[in-house]
Amino acid sequence: MKAAPFEYVRPESLAEACALLEEHGPDAKLIAGGQSLVPMMAMRLARPAWLVDINRLEELKAISIDDNTLTIGAAVRQCVIERDSGAQANLPLLGRALKWVGHVQTRNRGTVGGSIVHADPSAEIPLVACVLDATLVLKDASATSEVQAREFFFAPMVTAIAPEQCLAEIRFPTWGEARVGCAFIEVSIRHGDFALVSACAQVALDEEGRCIRAALGIGGASPFPHALPEVGEMLVGRKLDELAIVEAAGAAADLIDADGDLHATADYRRHLARVTAARALASAVEDAQ
Amino acid sequence: MSERLYKVRLKVNGKDVEAEVPSRQTLVDFLRDTLRLTGTHVGCEHGICGACSILLDNEPVRSCLMYAVQAEGCSVTTIEGLSNPDGTPGVLQDAFCEMHALQCGYCTPAMIVASHALLESNPAPSEAEIRDAIGGNLCRCTGYKQIVQAVQLAAENIAKGAK
Repeated sequence: MKAAPFEYVRPESLAEACALLEEHGPDAKLIAGGQSLVPMMAMRLARPAWLVDINRLEELKAISIDDNTLTIGAAVRQCVIERDSGAQANLPLLGRALKWVGHVQTRNRGTVGGSIVHADPSAEIPLVACVLDATLVLKDASATSEVQAREFFFAPMVTAIAPEQCLAEIRFPTWGEARVGCAFIEVSIRHGDFALVSACAQVALDEEGRCIRAALGIGGASPFPHALPEVGEMLVGRKLDELAIVEAAGAAADLIDADGDLHATADYRRHLARVTAARALASAVEDAQ
Repeated sequence: MSERLYKVRLKVNGKDVEAEVPSRQTLVDFLRDTLRLTGTHVGCEHGICGACSILLDNEPVRSCLMYAVQAEGCSVTTIEGLSNPDGTPGVLQDAFCEMHALQCGYCTPAMIVASHALLESNPAPSEAEIRDAIGGNLCRCTGYKQIVQAVQLAAENIAKGAK
Protein backbone atom coordinates (compact mmCIF):
# COMPACT_ATOMS: atom_id res chain seq x y z
CA MET A 1 0.00 0.00 0.00
CA LYS A 2 1.43 3.31 -1.01
CA ALA A 3 0.12 6.81 -0.71
CA ALA A 4 -0.65 8.67 -3.89
CA PRO A 5 2.11 11.13 -4.85
CA PHE A 6 2.08 14.48 -3.05
CA GLU A 7 4.23 17.56 -2.61
CA TYR A 8 5.80 17.74 0.84
CA VAL A 9 6.45 21.02 2.56
CA ARG A 10 7.75 21.78 6.02
CA PRO A 11 6.86 25.37 6.95
CA GLU A 12 8.96 27.29 9.46
CA SER A 13 6.05 28.94 11.23
CA LEU A 14 2.34 28.56 11.87
CA ALA A 15 1.75 31.66 9.75
CA GLU A 16 3.55 30.00 6.85
CA ALA A 17 1.52 26.81 7.35
CA CYS A 18 -1.73 28.82 7.30
CA ALA A 19 -0.61 30.64 4.16
CA LEU A 20 -0.05 27.27 2.47
CA LEU A 21 -3.50 26.12 3.53
CA GLU A 22 -5.00 29.29 2.13
CA GLU A 23 -3.11 28.90 -1.11
CA HIS A 24 -3.97 25.24 -1.71
CA GLY A 25 -7.36 24.97 0.04
CA PRO A 26 -8.77 21.45 0.22
CA ASP A 27 -5.82 20.10 -1.83
CA ALA A 28 -3.59 20.58 1.21
CA LYS A 29 -3.59 18.59 4.40
CA LEU A 30 -1.72 19.23 7.62
CA ILE A 31 0.27 16.36 9.06
CA ALA A 32 1.21 16.27 12.73
CA GLY A 33 1.86 12.84 14.28
CA GLY A 34 0.41 11.13 11.22
CA GLN A 35 -0.79 8.12 13.18
CA SER A 36 -4.20 8.27 11.49
CA LEU A 37 -3.45 10.30 8.37
CA VAL A 38 -0.59 8.11 7.11
CA PRO A 39 -2.74 4.94 7.14
CA MET A 40 -5.57 6.86 5.48
CA MET A 41 -3.15 7.97 2.78
CA ALA A 42 -1.79 4.42 2.43
CA MET A 43 -5.33 3.19 1.82
CA ARG A 44 -5.95 6.22 -0.39
CA LEU A 45 -8.88 7.32 1.73
CA ALA A 46 -6.99 10.62 1.79
CA ARG A 47 -5.11 11.90 -1.26
CA PRO A 48 -3.81 15.36 -0.49
CA ALA A 49 -1.83 17.01 -3.28
CA TRP A 50 0.12 18.94 -0.65
CA LEU A 51 1.24 17.62 2.71
CA VAL A 52 2.10 20.41 5.13
CA ASP A 53 4.21 19.05 7.98
CA ILE A 54 3.68 20.94 11.25
CA ASN A 55 5.61 18.47 13.42
CA ARG A 56 8.46 20.85 14.08
CA LEU A 57 6.54 24.04 14.84
CA GLU A 58 7.63 24.96 18.34
CA GLU A 59 4.76 27.45 18.62
CA LEU A 60 2.36 24.50 18.60
CA LYS A 61 4.22 22.64 21.35
CA ALA A 62 3.73 24.75 24.46
CA ILE A 63 1.98 23.60 27.63
CA SER A 64 0.92 26.36 30.03
CA ILE A 65 -1.17 26.58 33.16
CA ASP A 66 -3.00 29.57 34.54
CA ASP A 67 -5.77 29.96 37.14
CA ASN A 68 -8.28 27.52 35.75
CA THR A 69 -7.03 26.56 32.32
CA LEU A 70 -4.44 24.15 31.04
CA THR A 71 -3.48 25.14 27.52
CA ILE A 72 -1.90 22.48 25.32
CA GLY A 73 -0.39 23.25 21.94
CA ALA A 74 -2.01 21.22 19.18
CA ALA A 75 1.23 19.48 18.18
CA VAL A 76 2.19 18.38 21.70
CA ARG A 77 2.81 14.66 21.49
CA GLN A 78 0.68 12.36 23.60
CA CYS A 79 3.78 10.89 25.29
CA VAL A 80 4.75 14.40 26.42
CA ILE A 81 1.46 14.80 28.30
CA GLU A 82 2.00 11.40 29.91
CA ARG A 83 5.30 12.68 31.34
CA ASP A 84 4.31 16.29 32.10
CA SER A 85 3.82 16.75 35.83
CA GLY A 86 1.86 19.99 35.41
CA ALA A 87 -0.57 18.41 32.99
CA GLN A 88 -0.93 15.34 35.17
CA ALA A 89 -1.57 17.42 38.30
CA ASN A 90 -4.00 19.87 36.72
CA LEU A 91 -5.72 17.65 34.20
CA PRO A 92 -5.50 14.08 35.49
CA LEU A 93 -8.44 13.03 33.32
CA LEU A 94 -6.39 13.51 30.16
CA GLY A 95 -3.54 11.44 31.60
CA ARG A 96 -5.98 8.66 32.46
CA ALA A 97 -7.50 8.79 29.00
CA LEU A 98 -4.05 8.50 27.40
CA LYS A 99 -3.54 5.10 28.98
CA TRP A 100 -6.19 3.91 26.53
CA VAL A 101 -4.83 5.75 23.48
CA GLY A 102 -3.09 3.40 21.06
CA HIS A 103 0.23 1.96 22.12
CA VAL A 104 3.62 3.31 23.21
CA GLN A 105 4.76 3.52 19.59
CA THR A 106 1.75 5.56 18.47
CA ARG A 107 1.71 7.85 21.54
CA ASN A 108 5.34 8.71 20.83
CA ARG A 109 4.26 10.30 17.54
CA GLY A 110 0.56 11.06 17.93
CA THR A 111 -0.44 14.54 19.04
CA VAL A 112 -3.22 15.90 21.23
CA GLY A 113 -4.51 18.22 18.52
CA GLY A 114 -4.20 15.63 15.77
CA SER A 115 -6.52 13.27 17.59
CA ILE A 116 -9.09 16.05 18.02
CA VAL A 117 -9.16 17.22 14.40
CA HIS A 118 -9.11 13.63 13.11
CA ALA A 119 -12.35 13.14 15.10
CA ASP A 120 -12.59 9.39 15.25
CA PRO A 121 -15.78 8.78 17.27
CA SER A 122 -14.02 6.18 19.40
CA ALA A 123 -11.03 8.39 20.22
CA GLU A 124 -10.33 9.23 23.84
CA ILE A 125 -8.88 12.75 23.64
CA PRO A 126 -11.91 14.22 21.82
CA LEU A 127 -14.13 12.70 24.52
CA VAL A 128 -12.14 14.36 27.29
CA ALA A 129 -12.26 17.66 25.38
CA CYS A 130 -16.06 17.39 25.09
CA VAL A 131 -16.69 16.28 28.65
CA LEU A 132 -14.66 19.18 30.05
CA ASP A 133 -15.87 21.43 27.20
CA ALA A 134 -12.42 22.56 26.17
CA THR A 135 -11.99 25.60 23.95
CA LEU A 136 -10.34 24.92 20.59
CA VAL A 137 -8.34 27.79 19.13
CA LEU A 138 -8.32 27.73 15.33
CA LYS A 139 -6.09 29.88 13.17
CA ASP A 140 -6.10 30.70 9.51
CA ALA A 141 -4.00 33.11 7.49
CA SER A 142 -5.98 36.15 8.63
CA ALA A 143 -7.86 35.37 11.84
CA THR A 144 -8.04 33.43 15.07
CA SER A 145 -11.33 31.93 16.17
CA GLU A 146 -12.51 29.82 19.05
CA VAL A 147 -14.98 26.98 19.15
CA GLN A 148 -16.13 24.88 22.08
CA ALA A 149 -15.33 21.19 21.82
CA ARG A 150 -19.00 20.34 22.27
CA GLU A 151 -19.78 22.34 19.12
CA PHE A 152 -16.86 20.96 17.13
CA PHE A 153 -17.70 17.33 16.31
CA PHE A 154 -20.46 16.64 13.79
CA ALA A 155 -19.92 13.06 12.59
CA PRO A 156 -17.07 10.57 12.16
CA MET A 157 -14.13 12.64 10.88
CA VAL A 158 -16.39 15.62 10.23
CA THR A 159 -15.78 18.70 12.35
CA ALA A 160 -16.27 22.45 12.37
CA ILE A 161 -12.71 23.11 11.15
CA ALA A 162 -12.37 24.64 7.68
CA PRO A 163 -9.74 23.38 5.20
CA GLU A 164 -7.74 26.60 5.58
CA GLN A 165 -7.72 26.44 9.40
CA CYS A 166 -5.16 24.91 11.75
CA LEU A 167 -5.96 23.91 15.31
CA ALA A 168 -3.38 25.87 17.30
CA GLU A 169 -4.15 25.07 20.91
CA ILE A 170 -6.66 23.44 23.20
CA ARG A 171 -7.70 25.15 26.43
CA PHE A 172 -8.87 22.60 28.97
CA PRO A 173 -10.74 23.99 31.99
CA THR A 174 -9.24 22.75 35.26
CA TRP A 175 -11.43 22.32 38.31
CA GLY A 176 -10.38 24.18 41.44
CA GLU A 177 -12.57 22.46 44.04
CA ALA A 178 -10.76 20.84 46.96
CA ARG A 179 -12.06 17.34 46.22
CA VAL A 180 -12.03 16.45 42.54
CA GLY A 181 -11.86 12.93 41.15
CA CYS A 182 -11.91 11.53 37.65
CA ALA A 183 -11.81 8.28 35.75
CA PHE A 184 -11.67 6.93 32.21
CA ILE A 185 -13.05 3.48 31.46
CA GLU A 186 -13.02 1.72 28.13
CA VAL A 187 -14.04 -1.58 26.59
CA SER A 188 -12.16 -2.63 23.47
CA ILE A 189 -11.29 -5.94 21.86
CA ARG A 190 -7.62 -5.56 22.75
CA HIS A 191 -6.18 -2.89 25.04
CA GLY A 192 -5.09 0.00 22.82
CA ASP A 193 -7.49 -0.89 20.03
CA PHE A 194 -10.41 1.31 19.05
CA ALA A 195 -12.96 1.60 21.83
CA LEU A 196 -16.25 -0.24 21.46
CA VAL A 197 -17.45 2.16 24.13
CA SER A 198 -15.65 4.44 26.53
CA ALA A 199 -16.87 6.61 29.37
CA CYS A 200 -15.19 9.34 31.30
CA ALA A 201 -16.32 11.16 34.39
CA GLN A 202 -15.09 13.95 36.61
CA VAL A 203 -16.75 14.90 39.88
CA ALA A 204 -16.21 17.56 42.54
CA LEU A 205 -17.46 16.78 46.06
CA ASP A 206 -18.04 19.00 49.09
CA GLU A 207 -16.86 18.14 52.61
CA GLU A 208 -19.90 15.95 53.24
CA GLY A 209 -19.34 14.05 49.99
CA ARG A 210 -22.20 15.74 48.11
CA CYS A 211 -21.67 16.47 44.45
CA ILE A 212 -20.84 20.10 43.58
CA ARG A 213 -20.13 19.44 39.94
CA ALA A 214 -20.13 16.40 37.69
CA ALA A 215 -19.23 15.83 34.05
CA LEU A 216 -19.81 12.62 32.15
CA GLY A 217 -19.48 11.56 28.54
CA ILE A 218 -19.66 8.47 26.34
CA GLY A 219 -17.35 7.75 23.40
CA GLY A 220 -17.34 5.10 20.72
CA ALA A 221 -21.07 4.44 20.86
CA SER A 222 -22.33 7.21 18.60
CA PRO A 223 -20.98 9.17 15.62
CA PHE A 224 -19.22 11.74 17.82
CA PRO A 225 -18.02 11.98 21.42
CA HIS A 226 -21.12 12.59 23.46
CA ALA A 227 -20.85 14.86 26.50
CA LEU A 228 -23.84 14.57 28.80
CA PRO A 229 -24.06 17.78 30.85
CA GLU A 230 -27.70 17.01 31.67
CA VAL A 231 -26.61 13.87 33.51
CA GLY A 232 -23.97 15.84 35.38
CA GLU A 233 -26.63 18.30 36.52
CA MET A 234 -28.80 15.43 37.79
CA LEU A 235 -26.09 14.59 40.28
CA VAL A 236 -25.44 18.04 41.72
CA GLY A 237 -26.38 18.26 45.41
CA ARG A 238 -26.63 14.50 45.79
CA LYS A 239 -24.48 12.01 47.60
CA LEU A 240 -22.96 9.91 44.85
CA ASP A 241 -23.95 6.56 46.26
CA GLU A 242 -24.72 3.44 44.27
CA LEU A 243 -28.31 4.46 43.55
CA ALA A 244 -27.34 7.89 42.23
CA ILE A 245 -24.69 6.32 40.02
CA VAL A 246 -27.02 3.64 38.64
CA GLU A 247 -29.64 6.29 37.83
CA ALA A 248 -27.08 8.52 36.13
CA ALA A 249 -25.60 5.66 34.11
CA GLY A 250 -29.09 4.60 33.01
CA ALA A 251 -29.90 8.16 31.95
CA ALA A 252 -26.61 8.32 30.02
CA ALA A 253 -27.34 5.09 28.15
CA ASP A 254 -30.84 6.37 27.28
CA LEU A 255 -29.53 9.67 25.95
CA ILE A 256 -26.93 8.38 23.52
CA ASP A 257 -27.79 7.36 20.00
CA ALA A 258 -25.87 4.08 19.84
CA ASP A 259 -24.64 2.73 16.50
CA GLY A 260 -24.07 -0.90 15.61
CA ASP A 261 -21.37 -2.27 13.32
CA LEU A 262 -19.33 -5.43 12.68
CA HIS A 263 -17.76 -5.27 16.12
CA ALA A 264 -20.76 -4.62 18.35
CA THR A 265 -24.49 -4.17 17.97
CA ALA A 266 -26.23 -0.95 18.98
CA ASP A 267 -27.88 -2.75 21.91
CA TYR A 268 -24.56 -4.07 23.13
CA ARG A 269 -23.03 -0.61 22.86
CA ARG A 270 -25.92 0.88 24.85
CA HIS A 271 -25.39 -1.80 27.48
CA LEU A 272 -21.67 -1.01 27.57
CA ALA A 273 -22.45 2.69 27.84
CA ARG A 274 -24.46 2.05 31.00
CA VAL A 275 -21.80 -0.24 32.47
CA THR A 276 -18.83 1.98 31.66
CA ALA A 277 -20.65 5.15 32.77
CA ALA A 278 -21.40 3.55 36.14
CA ARG A 279 -17.81 2.35 36.52
CA ALA A 280 -16.39 5.72 35.52
CA LEU A 281 -18.60 7.60 37.97
CA ALA A 282 -17.87 5.16 40.81
CA SER A 283 -14.12 5.37 40.16
CA ALA A 284 -14.25 9.16 39.95
CA VAL A 285 -16.07 9.33 43.32
CA GLU A 286 -13.50 7.01 44.85
CA ASP A 287 -10.72 9.12 43.36
CA ALA A 288 -12.22 12.23 44.97
CA GLN A 289 -12.30 10.73 48.48
CA MET B 1 5.82 10.54 -14.65
CA SER B 2 8.87 10.93 -12.50
CA GLU B 3 8.29 11.94 -8.94
CA ARG B 4 10.03 14.84 -7.32
CA LEU B 5 12.75 13.76 -4.91
CA TYR B 6 13.41 15.32 -1.54
CA LYS B 7 16.75 15.43 0.17
CA VAL B 8 16.89 13.86 3.63
CA ARG B 9 19.80 13.61 6.04
CA LEU B 10 19.60 11.43 9.12
CA LYS B 11 21.61 9.10 11.31
CA VAL B 12 20.89 5.40 11.03
CA ASN B 13 22.50 3.13 13.61
CA GLY B 14 25.07 5.83 14.27
CA LYS B 15 26.03 6.41 10.63
CA ASP B 16 25.23 9.57 8.71
CA VAL B 17 22.96 8.92 5.77
CA GLU B 18 22.03 11.31 3.01
CA ALA B 19 19.57 10.38 0.31
CA GLU B 20 16.95 11.65 -2.08
CA VAL B 21 13.53 10.15 -1.51
CA PRO B 22 10.06 10.46 -3.00
CA SER B 23 7.81 12.21 -0.48
CA ARG B 24 5.51 9.21 -0.21
CA GLN B 25 8.23 6.70 0.62
CA THR B 26 7.63 5.49 4.16
CA LEU B 27 10.53 5.34 6.54
CA VAL B 28 10.35 1.54 6.68
CA ASP B 29 10.57 1.25 2.89
CA PHE B 30 13.53 3.62 2.92
CA LEU B 31 15.30 1.54 5.58
CA ARG B 32 14.63 -1.75 3.80
CA ASP B 33 14.72 -0.92 0.11
CA THR B 34 17.25 1.88 -0.02
CA LEU B 35 19.54 1.13 2.91
CA ARG B 36 18.95 -2.66 2.69
CA LEU B 37 18.43 -2.84 6.45
CA THR B 38 15.92 -5.65 6.14
CA GLY B 39 15.80 -6.52 9.82
CA THR B 40 12.92 -4.10 10.22
CA HIS B 41 9.87 -5.91 8.90
CA VAL B 42 6.83 -4.67 7.03
CA GLY B 43 3.59 -6.19 8.24
CA CYS B 44 0.31 -4.40 7.81
CA GLU B 45 1.67 -1.08 6.49
CA HIS B 46 -1.00 0.85 8.35
CA GLY B 47 0.03 0.95 11.95
CA ILE B 48 -1.68 -2.06 13.46
CA CYS B 49 0.86 -4.87 13.72
CA GLY B 50 3.91 -3.04 15.07
CA ALA B 51 6.35 -5.20 13.03
CA CYS B 52 8.10 -2.10 11.66
CA SER B 53 8.93 -0.61 15.08
CA ILE B 54 12.22 1.27 15.22
CA LEU B 55 13.75 3.79 17.60
CA LEU B 56 13.40 7.38 16.44
CA ASP B 57 15.55 9.60 18.65
CA ASN B 58 15.55 6.69 21.12
CA GLU B 59 11.75 6.37 21.30
CA PRO B 60 9.95 3.40 19.73
CA VAL B 61 7.74 4.40 16.79
CA ARG B 62 6.17 2.64 13.83
CA SER B 63 8.25 3.30 10.76
CA CYS B 64 5.31 2.64 8.41
CA LEU B 65 3.52 5.63 9.95
CA MET B 66 5.96 8.29 8.85
CA TYR B 67 7.55 9.27 5.60
CA ALA B 68 11.31 9.04 5.20
CA VAL B 69 11.48 12.75 4.38
CA GLN B 70 10.06 13.48 7.84
CA ALA B 71 13.08 11.87 9.51
CA GLU B 72 15.33 14.78 8.47
CA GLY B 73 17.86 15.38 11.23
CA CYS B 74 16.64 12.44 13.31
CA SER B 75 18.53 9.53 14.71
CA VAL B 76 17.14 6.11 13.80
CA THR B 77 18.07 2.82 15.43
CA THR B 78 16.94 -0.43 13.85
CA ILE B 79 17.35 -4.01 15.04
CA GLU B 80 20.72 -4.05 13.23
CA GLY B 81 21.84 -1.33 15.64
CA LEU B 82 20.94 -3.32 18.73
CA SER B 83 23.47 -6.11 18.43
CA ASN B 84 26.86 -5.79 20.10
CA PRO B 85 29.46 -3.70 18.25
CA ASP B 86 31.30 -6.91 17.25
CA GLY B 87 28.13 -8.22 15.62
CA THR B 88 27.27 -10.81 18.28
CA PRO B 89 23.72 -10.80 19.64
CA GLY B 90 22.92 -8.31 22.41
CA VAL B 91 21.50 -9.28 25.79
CA LEU B 92 17.88 -9.11 24.63
CA GLN B 93 18.62 -11.05 21.46
CA ASP B 94 20.36 -13.74 23.51
CA ALA B 95 17.45 -13.88 25.92
CA PHE B 96 14.98 -14.30 23.06
CA CYS B 97 17.00 -17.29 21.81
CA GLU B 98 17.38 -18.70 25.31
CA MET B 99 13.65 -18.56 26.09
CA HIS B 100 12.47 -19.70 22.64
CA ALA B 101 10.73 -16.36 22.27
CA LEU B 102 10.37 -16.66 18.53
CA GLN B 103 8.80 -19.13 16.18
CA CYS B 104 8.50 -17.64 12.69
CA GLY B 105 10.53 -14.59 13.72
CA TYR B 106 8.49 -12.05 11.84
CA CYS B 107 7.54 -9.93 14.85
CA THR B 108 10.85 -10.50 16.63
CA PRO B 109 12.92 -7.45 15.57
CA ALA B 110 10.12 -5.11 16.59
CA MET B 111 9.51 -7.01 19.83
CA ILE B 112 13.19 -6.53 20.65
CA VAL B 113 13.06 -2.83 19.72
CA ALA B 114 10.01 -2.31 21.97
CA SER B 115 11.60 -4.31 24.80
CA HIS B 116 14.89 -2.46 24.42
CA ALA B 117 13.10 0.89 24.81
CA LEU B 118 11.32 -0.45 27.89
CA LEU B 119 14.52 -1.68 29.57
CA GLU B 120 16.30 1.60 28.82
CA SER B 121 13.69 3.54 30.80
CA ASN B 122 12.70 0.82 33.26
CA PRO B 123 15.47 -1.73 33.95
CA ALA B 124 13.29 -3.86 36.27
CA PRO B 125 9.82 -3.94 34.71
CA SER B 126 6.94 -5.95 36.11
CA GLU B 127 5.21 -8.50 33.92
CA ALA B 128 2.34 -6.04 33.40
CA GLU B 129 4.77 -3.33 32.30
CA ILE B 130 6.40 -5.72 29.83
CA ARG B 131 3.02 -6.70 28.42
CA ASP B 132 2.09 -3.03 28.10
CA ALA B 133 5.36 -2.21 26.34
CA ILE B 134 4.87 -4.95 23.72
CA GLY B 135 1.10 -4.39 23.55
CA GLY B 136 1.46 -2.65 20.21
CA ASN B 137 3.24 -5.61 18.63
CA LEU B 138 1.34 -8.56 17.22
CA CYS B 139 2.82 -12.06 17.29
CA ARG B 140 0.70 -14.37 15.16
CA CYS B 141 2.51 -17.45 16.41
CA THR B 142 1.07 -16.24 19.73
CA GLY B 143 4.22 -16.85 21.66
CA TYR B 144 3.71 -13.92 23.97
CA LYS B 145 4.47 -15.85 27.14
CA GLN B 146 8.00 -16.71 26.08
CA ILE B 147 8.54 -13.17 24.85
CA VAL B 148 7.62 -11.81 28.27
CA GLN B 149 9.92 -14.37 29.89
CA ALA B 150 12.75 -13.37 27.54
CA VAL B 151 12.42 -9.72 28.52
CA GLN B 152 12.42 -10.73 32.19
CA LEU B 153 15.56 -12.82 31.60
CA ALA B 154 17.25 -9.95 29.78
CA ALA B 155 16.42 -7.59 32.64
CA GLU B 156 17.93 -10.07 35.12
CA ASN B 157 21.05 -10.51 32.99
CA ILE B 158 21.50 -6.77 32.61
CA ALA B 159 21.17 -6.39 36.38
CA LYS B 160 23.96 -8.98 36.72
CA GLY B 161 26.16 -6.87 34.46
CA ALA B 162 25.62 -8.48 31.06
CA LYS B 163 26.06 -6.22 28.06
